[in-house]
Amino acid sequence: MSAHPLIFNERVDKALADPILKKALPLTQDRLRGGRINAAEQLGNVEEWRELASQIRSHTIANLDSYLEELVTNVRKNGGHVHFAATSDDAVEIITGIVKEKNAKSVVKSKSMVSEEVHINKHLEDMGIKVVESDLGEYIIQLANETPSHLIAPAIHKTREQVREMFSKVAGRQLSDETTELTAFAREKLRQEFLQADIGISGCNFAVAESGSVVLVSNEGNARLTTTVPKVHIAMMGMERIVPTWNELDMVVSMLTRSATGQKISVYVTGINSPRQSEDSDGPEEFHLVILDNGRSNILGTAYQEALNCIRCGACLNVCPVYRHIGGHAYGGVYSGPIGAVLTPLLGGYEEWLELPYASSLCGACSEACPVKIPLHDLLIEHRKDEVEMGLTPFSEKMAFKGFSFATSHPSVYETAVKLAHSGMGFLAKDGVISKGPGMLGGWTDVRDLPQPAKQSFREWWKKEGKGRNQ
Amino acid sequence: MKVSLFITCLADVFYPKVGMNVVEVLRSYGVEVDFPQDQTCCGQPAFNSGYHKEARESARQLIKAFADSPMVVTPSGSCASMIRHYYPDLFKDEPEWKEKAIELADKTYEFSEFLVHVLKVEDIEAKFPAHATYHHSCHMSRGLGLKGEPIKLLGQVEDLEMEDLPYCNDCCGFGGTFAAKMSDISEKMVDEKIKNIESTGADVLIGSDMGCLMNIGGRLRRLGKEVRMMHVAEVLAEGGQK
Repeated sequence: MSAHPLIFNERVDKALADPILKKALPLTQDRLRGGRINAAEQLGNVEEWRELASQIRSHTIANLDSYLEELVTNVRKNGGHVHFAATSDDAVEIITGIVKEKNAKSVVKSKSMVSEEVHINKHLEDMGIKVVESDLGEYIIQLANETPSHLIAPAIHKTREQVREMFSKVAGRQLSDETTELTAFAREKLRQEFLQADIGISGCNFAVAESGSVVLVSNEGNARLTTTVPKVHIAMMGMERIVPTWNELDMVVSMLTRSATGQKISVYVTGINSPRQSEDSDGPEEFHLVILDNGRSNILGTAYQEALNCIRCGACLNVCPVYRHIGGHAYGGVYSGPIGAVLTPLLGGYEEWLELPYASSLCGACSEACPVKIPLHDLLIEHRKDEVEMGLTPFSEKMAFKGFSFATSHPSVYETAVKLAHSGMGFLAKDGVISKGPGMLGGWTDVRDLPQPAKQSFREWWKKEGKGRNQ
Repeated sequence: MKVSLFITCLADVFYPKVGMNVVEVLRSYGVEVDFPQDQTCCGQPAFNSGYHKEARESARQLIKAFADSPMVVTPSGSCASMIRHYYPDLFKDEPEWKEKAIELADKTYEFSEFLVHVLKVEDIEAKFPAHATYHHSCHMSRGLGLKGEPIKLLGQVEDLEMEDLPYCNDCCGFGGTFAAKMSDISEKMVDEKIKNIESTGADVLIGSDMGCLMNIGGRLRRLGKEVRMMHVAEVLAEGGQK
């Protein structure tokens, strides 16, 4: 999925040592957290909304084949082209094929995580095509030559100062820290790009099966320019990003914006039904919808099916205390945070993504925040179970848990172990505290002290004294 | 009223005083407490690490140990949550055991939950002069939905000045084996928790899960800082409940 240069631990070390990340990320995370909580309070009965949204998504995914068929039929009826991409490579081939056929020289993009998933920018640039990201956050990370570190706030790891420096370089003059000046510059710069682009590539927040429409949720208006100014519009969607009718769309879009930023509704919600019709004053001459599988259909019918319910709001990232400290890049894949830790191994395999399911304290904040009730932390446990059953965990760990299982299912063995704990660990302890432990304990004592097991365990006390006091 | 104490492995080995204090408080309300000696660990370390076959054997032992108990009380939100939420599912392919698992799940209570919802305690008569804050452990607050219960009990303790803990919904970085496996991430999490605890000016951190308190307390000790860690039961018992 991603040709990341570092292994997981190195990526984490790098993130933890990054003072800018430490400064930038919690600020925005706090703002997004607060927004979601306020939006939930305004709704009042948020749990009923979550339940309904969850049911809509589960129903759609359970009947994905028929809704996809309906969508495709309607898009074609409206005059659009539909392409199925089984893999990332297929998607690249389809899109580069269209670009070649149109003899296009430049592409303007609005934000799309699926386009990140297939690394379309790199493939287009390798062909000599100019690609410009038009979402402000995406534009920032494109200038920095980085990947998004958050589902909805791709440049969450960047500070205002960094943005000023990058923009100043492009502008050829020193810009100030003022948001209005920085955004005015981006607006002016990007406007030229929209006007000259041959092709616009967008994502698809939801496709509406009943009308064959693609719906885009955005705050900057760039998605509208991307999908109306260039002669060709290509929308990329994951095969699960579908709703049956506009009624369900109303519900899920509302949950998306409230959970993502706390907005009741985003500044723009754009529904695209077809290429330009004779009565339209603008719009592309051609419309292509690329529907990507890339491992998603393998998730159907498994214990992980609910992961496909995700509406990419980023709420799980915003409440995650692990994400708060390591940021998005440390996860290594396109999707970060709890949903990334669940999805990435499903799409990319355990071989490359073995550690991701362990990048969680299982605190459950993600599952609690998820607007479509994906049991994210339970799915991380499910991954761990699968890794164990596939024999992918270390031998020492397997032995430790075999021993644990034997002791905890044989009370006399357990009692002996408890009895010996104090003296057995005595050689490690000083003043009742262990500061350097062996094996797994080493990870604990690298950071914190461990108390020495008590001289008298509770069960010993109970036998000697506790029991007698009852009556 | 009769209850059995499920001490939990951590309290049994590291914090026996918490167990003694639970017994003391329960007895002060006229509850008869017993301690089935065949109890071991709930199996959560294995379960959370993905070793479900191994966890199932621990669970079977716990179910057997408490088979004759009318009610089970435990001083851990996390272990109670393990039993309540994951035991029935662990035995989804063994109907007979699943039934027993549900039976145990239904009769198991976390300490504060038992005091507030079963004993319906309204008259804490304890005095504990201290400046304290409370750590809402994740499995207690999210897993069991118990947030107000310990606060309600502590609120009745005379001379106990409670401060709200900022970012109280954020995990302390314990997470069982997570603390050892991903110790560098865990370190940042516990350091942020400590920063928030210090911002309250509290001298005592009260909690309902000794795992979290072992993590936070262990880090505080390593940093040479002094905040006392206490379980709710310790505050009530030391405060001289009745």
